[in-house]
Amino acid sequence: MAEASSVPKKVTREESPPSGPSLWGLLRSTEIDMRLLGMIGLLGLIWIGFNVMSGGLFLTPRNLFNLSVQSASTAIMATGMVLIIVSRNIDLSVGSMLGFIGYTMAMVQVEWIPKTLGLGLDQPYTWLVALVIGIGLGALIGGLQGVLVAYGRVPAFIVTLGGLLVWRALIFRYAQGQTLAPMDKNYQMLGGAPATGSMGDVASWILGAIVSAGIIYTLVNGRRRRLKYGFQPRPRWAEAIIGAFGCGAVIVAILVMNNYAWPEALAHQYAIDHNIAEPPGGLVIPVGIAYPVLIALGVMLVMTYMATRRRFGRYVFSIGGNPDAAELGGINVRRTLTLTFVLMGMLTALSAAVQTARLNSAVTNLGTQAELDVLSAAVIGGTSFSGGIGTIPGAVLGAVVMQSLRSGMLLLRADSPTQDIVVGAVLVAAVGVDTYFRNRGSR
Amino acid sequence: MSAMEGSPTAMDATPAQPFAPPRPTLVEMRDINVAFGGVHAVREVTIDLRAGEVVGLVGGNGAGKSTLMRVLSGAHPADSGGIMVDGKPATISNPRDAKTYGIETIYQTLALADNIDAPGNMFLGRELTDRTGTLDDAAMESATRKVMGRLNPNFKNFKTAVMSLSGGQRQSVAIARAVHFNARILIMDEPTAALGPAETEQVRALIRQLKSEGIGIFLISHDIHDVYDLSDRIAVMYHGRIVGIVNKDEVTTDEVLAMIIMGKPLEKVTSEEIAQLHG
Ligand SMILES: Nc1ncnc2c1ncn2[C@@H]1O[C@H](COP(=O)(O)OP(=O)(O)O)[C@@H](O)[C@H]1O
Ligand SMILES: [Mg+2]
Repeated sequence: MAEASSVPKKVTREESPPSGPSLWGLLRSTEIDMRLLGMIGLLGLIWIGFNVMSGGLFLTPRNLFNLSVQSASTAIMATGMVLIIVSRNIDLSVGSMLGFIGYTMAMVQVEWIPKTLGLGLDQPYTWLVALVIGIGLGALIGGLQGVLVAYGRVPAFIVTLGGLLVWRALIFRYAQGQTLAPMDKNYQMLGGAPATGSMGDVASWILGAIVSAGIIYTLVNGRRRRLKYGFQPRPRWAEAIIGAFGCGAVIVAILVMNNYAWPEALAHQYAIDHNIAEPPGGLVIPVGIAYPVLIALGVMLVMTYMATRRRFGRYVFSIGGNPDAAELGGINVRRTLTLTFVLMGMLTALSAAVQTARLNSAVTNLGTQAELDVLSAAVIGGTSFSGGIGTIPGAVLGAVVMQSLRSGMLLLRADSPTQDIVVGAVLVAAVGVDTYFRNRGSR
Repeated sequence: MSAMEGSPTAMDATPAQPFAPPRPTLVEMRDINVAFGGVHAVREVTIDLRAGEVVGLVGGNGAGKSTLMRVLSGAHPADSGGIMVDGKPATISNPRDAKTYGIETIYQTLALADNIDAPGNMFLGRELTDRTGTLDDAAMESATRKVMGRLNPNFKNFKTAVMSLSGGQRQSVAIARAVHFNARILIMDEPTAALGPAETEQVRALIRQLKSEGIGIFLISHDIHDVYDLSDRIAVMYHGRIVGIVNKDEVTTDEVLAMIIMGKPLEKVTSEEIAQLHG
């Protein structure tokens, strides 16, 4: 075919890795994000450390499953916080926003649909109505704060500090200390309870196959595009290692989650309900990947695409790098900034759904201090407060690191002050180390 | 062959332009005023620019040069006055408008997002996308390589954030942006102020090249020799006003310097005053 021969034979040379057996050169030629790799290594150390100290309690399917569910809600919000911080702003209101939106979504399914409208409990559409109202409310609240920041020129710190007080206060005003429970049956699935909120083994394997195919497609497609323009592609061995590592991680994760079984009582009930003869020792039903984890992975993918492959993301980063350059480039800076807050609100609503579903209730202090976890996740994940720098996968990993610390210390029976001291120290140390390496790197 | 080319007599019959062919006027700014609170930064300024011409804009600090050019580049609105592009009234109320008229601006510092690579900066605000609206990074890199190959063949860093580049390389990214988008009118505000001697020479060579391609250039510079070297005409600003626009060939650097310092038109500058410059 004519196309095949039109691929330029001469490949640009200047970016080929430095020759010689330097390990650093080899690593560089893979174009892997070294920072991310370092974080994965750090996470591995934390996991192994806790596993040793807890006498093998950390690296169990049960603990890792809980860790995955607990990380999901923070990770979802952290992806939005990356864009906010990259554009030199901050959102301190996410915890209160989460509470207010979560409480409203609970209202929809506990009061408004069944009682006010008299339609009854557990309607098939209830979960969707609650979710749509929640996400809409998140967009509205985020939009309001964003407009005040971008068009009103009130500093984001102040606007969202106000939001932190106002949204929390609104819950107290309307809830009057009342806890709303239980949530709609379908809605509860969003919470990732081991039995009802996860995919089971077959669906998990199908998901794994799709994700692995996606990884391979991305690698192959990227290579093809580079060759089409005559750019140096990554070395084949590097692509192979990245692909093998990615797919391997997917398979291990699914094996672990499928190794975790439904709690005995629920499995027993299930056997009775479905007329299944129970084998000796009880029915074993694999849990598989939790739905909140699926949601978080989906959010991570979409947000990574938005941040790196869409104009919107490019504009957010350029505003963080140099607001004047963005303005002079003809970018609508204010609209872009407003949109980052709208997005933050919508993601917060998603997290609010996960949390209320998990707790199967909405309490007035829902989401208190969530802003600290979310900001920490973003910052540990490499987002810089000076603006312009940060990655979505980094923030997701940051959320997992944060949650690993908390859950590991819980296993070790550390009290709550100790936990806070460790998390606080890690946060400061992470930023300190990162700043040190960045300054060294830029010299 | 067209009828025009086939009839040399028609050419001969046109009014004589014995020396230079008439170069079309690209821009006219008329009676421009800009005030910041009490500071009248630009007063009643009228200036024009023709194709293939470099107009140097000089004056002391705060004379209003940058503000005047920010009006033309859409970065700041004028309080009054009008702009004509190609003889037709133009509405320029933001940077995007200016770009649609082929007006591109190169700033000393402001123009690049440090955290983004050269192709990202070259296409900032005008990114190439595929049908789905996804950024086409490979196409942007390819286009950047093409333009750079012409402007600055030594440029190699297409994948690193521009913050790690030298001042000259950064400036060539800014210039590449203007060239790629077919600037017809180029505004350069202190383009060499942050550069070393070799890099400055590179930018000068670029200016000459762009000029020879028929691009009109407004050049703001502190360096009177820079301006004198490169310009066809020199406009001197003083406290927001233009005190005179002179043909480079008809003045000396000393005379321009005197205009800048005294804030007077060339006719009013005396030879004693010029002598004093060196006293
Ligand atoms: N954004 C601004 N706000 C207030 N005053 C300004 C602003 N920009 C410029 N000025 C004032 O306008 C005058 C002209 O400035 P400028 O155009 O930058 O001069 P030049 O470029 O010739 O040095 C100066 O007095 C300056 O202080
Ligand atoms: Mg200036």
